[in-house]
Amino acid sequence: MKYIDEFRDGEVAARIAARIRAEAQPSRSYNLMEFCGGHTHAIARYGIAGLLPDNVRMIHGPGCPVCVLPIGRIDNAIALALEHRAIVCTYADTMRVPASGGLSLMKAKARGGDIRMIYSAADALAIAQANPGRDVVFFAIGFETTTPPTAIVIRRAQALGLTNFSVFCNHVLTPAAITHILESPEVRDLGVVPLDGFIGPAHVSTVIGSQPYEYFAEEYQRPVVIAGFEPLDVMQAILMLVRQLNTGRAEVENEFTRAVTRDGNPKAKALVAEVFELRRSFEWRGLGEVPYSALRIREGWAAFDAERRYDITTRTVADNKACECGAILRGVKHPVDCKLFGTVCTPENPMGSCMVSSEGACAAHYSYGRFKDIAVRAA
Amino acid sequence: MNRMIEPLDPPTATAAGKPAKARGTYVRPVDFKHGRVDMTHGSGGRAMAQLIEELFARAFANEWLAQGNDNAAFDVPAGRLVMATDSHVVSPLEFPGGDIGCLAVHGTINDVAMAGAQPLYLSAGFILEEGYELAALKRIVESMAAAARDAGVPIVTGDTKVVEQGKGDGVFITTTGIGIVPPGVNISGDRARPGDAILVSGTLGDHGVAIMSLRENLTFETTIRSDTAALHGLVAAMVAAVPDIHCLRDPTRGGLATTLNEIARQSQVGMLLREAAIPVRSEVAAACEFLGLDPLYVANEGKLVAICAPQDAERLLAAMRAHPLGAEAAIIGSVQDDAHAFVQMDTSFGGRRVVDWLTGEQLPRIC
Repeated sequence: MKYIDEFRDGEVAARIAARIRAEAQPSRSYNLMEFCGGHTHAIARYGIAGLLPDNVRMIHGPGCPVCVLPIGRIDNAIALALEHRAIVCTYADTMRVPASGGLSLMKAKARGGDIRMIYSAADALAIAQANPGRDVVFFAIGFETTTPPTAIVIRRAQALGLTNFSVFCNHVLTPAAITHILESPEVRDLGVVPLDGFIGPAHVSTVIGSQPYEYFAEEYQRPVVIAGFEPLDVMQAILMLVRQLNTGRAEVENEFTRAVTRDGNPKAKALVAEVFELRRSFEWRGLGEVPYSALRIREGWAAFDAERRYDITTRTVADNKACECGAILRGVKHPVDCKLFGTVCTPENPMGSCMVSSEGACAAHYSYGRFKDIAVRAA
Repeated sequence: MNRMIEPLDPPTATAAGKPAKARGTYVRPVDFKHGRVDMTHGSGGRAMAQLIEELFARAFANEWLAQGNDNAAFDVPAGRLVMATDSHVVSPLEFPGGDIGCLAVHGTINDVAMAGAQPLYLSAGFILEEGYELAALKRIVESMAAAARDAGVPIVTGDTKVVEQGKGDGVFITTTGIGIVPPGVNISGDRARPGDAILVSGTLGDHGVAIMSLRENLTFETTIRSDTAALHGLVAAMVAAVPDIHCLRDPTRGGLATTLNEIARQSQVGMLLREAAIPVRSEVAAACEFLGLDPLYVANEGKLVAICAPQDAERLLAAMRAHPLGAEAAIIGSVQDDAHAFVQMDTSFGGRRVVDWLTGEQLPRIC
């Protein structure tokens, strides 16, 4: 595959790995957080951790939209399907996230809820057009990457004069989450969580640009390297972070220059600003309430806002007491530190959200990396 | 398909004892051009008998069906019999490279063949949905008949039922097959041993991608066709070259990854694959790339995985490559001693990872 194989070349990977090994100073450690689930997935799928020296450690961040969706919001979506009898359209991973009462969207579907798996926001709009007699709700989740398409379907629904379509908005913002992690007591005051630098988001940054990260680099003195989702992008970004840390720099560097500029995509940003506004606060699964970390639909588009239309209120629902997703999402714990990991919590029967999506830290480790926990003898 | 060739309208005798004229025996043929399945086609009455006679019996024509019994009676050679059954609910019913009809024949033949057996006979059960076009049903049945003929495995008995509109999805087909294992052949999923070689017969993921390209909310253009094929000829050639093949399995739903995990668990061994050695068409790799799928988990309908002792591997590979259905066969890895029964892979990128069981449902109704 042209333009893809070039970024998965094993020989180049070996050369970068050799450079990282040569330049990483044995006397110190490098604790790097990849914020995005896309990076987590690439690291797991291509076995990148195995190419790094022991003192370069990757910490999986909270950038998996399914993982940070609070239980209460999924309960809301289930109620839309089972109580309001609306057609609820959702991305696939969301279907399996455990909600209250042993339910999930998948189980609600088996109980008669009309819940449909879609690949894009436009599919939800098409379903609304095809079912004029039914209420159709798009369960919108995701970071800055998936927000502009949601804005487009809302505008399109208005242009088409659709009265049966609305959006249950759960779009969240990356910079607010990074600030929250850096402000957490474990990182800022206690220093028990070493966090030396960040691999910055790929697709999110194509929209918001590299400029928003300059604040973290400056204020918290942590280097940020924005990287693409291909494995060589990740390797190169790790090398760039090692070099910044070795020379005491804390800058925003852009490895993903083929797609990311400093200012991002002004058209997409304008679209989002037209349809959405900041929420004062929003609950993240694992992180709790995070101020100014999410978007809601503006008053002018209220007709398409499921929260207003169905008068939705969200209850805060606690995770299973033994579930460590919160600590794992903040980088405080590893998946294997959780008592539930691989025992009662598996990808087939996820207890916590990190085990649901293949971008989640626990699912990625379970599916791709758990052999490292147990030595395997060669034949 | 009971009493398949029973006369529909037996000539009635006149008072004079002479046979009646043709008038009473004329039955208007089934309208395969514009007709649709209705509830009478499953009622056990004349309409059903007529559909069976004009469609199924005519297409599958063989001596066992011609006997017109509710069952098929036949002699079998001495030896170990193998039996397998498979239900088919694929959507859409017709897809690039095949349809539910030939798939139903190939699927069961392959399940029988994976014991190293020569498939002998098939049965077929149809569940039809009221309203389904008879023209489409005819295409599917004829494709099924052609597949059985090409494979040399007759469909000797069957059954037809009709469900109300909305209770089915056109056609569901269940086939059962029996076959016979040659003496000295003992192929089973629990026979993989550390050191054994793992082979696949060709490119992976073709069937799944061909189906996906037609799904309503996914439609994309591709030249990929389903690989649906009967593999018993390939298996016979393989068994002739290496009688002591340890394991054979066709990686259908869940793809190669799922099949290898099943065998690893049955045999209580680990496996180590080399990603670079696993054959995947570039079109399939590209489709999987933009759908966010992994070709190792995508269904195949004309491929097999074989596991044999390391010293037999090259001979088995040569036998596979000499057969048209194994031309792109490859040795993709080896069996390891591992009590945790992990399937692992050295990635082309240079790392190593687990190739785990499929979680959830990658794509429903793929076969």
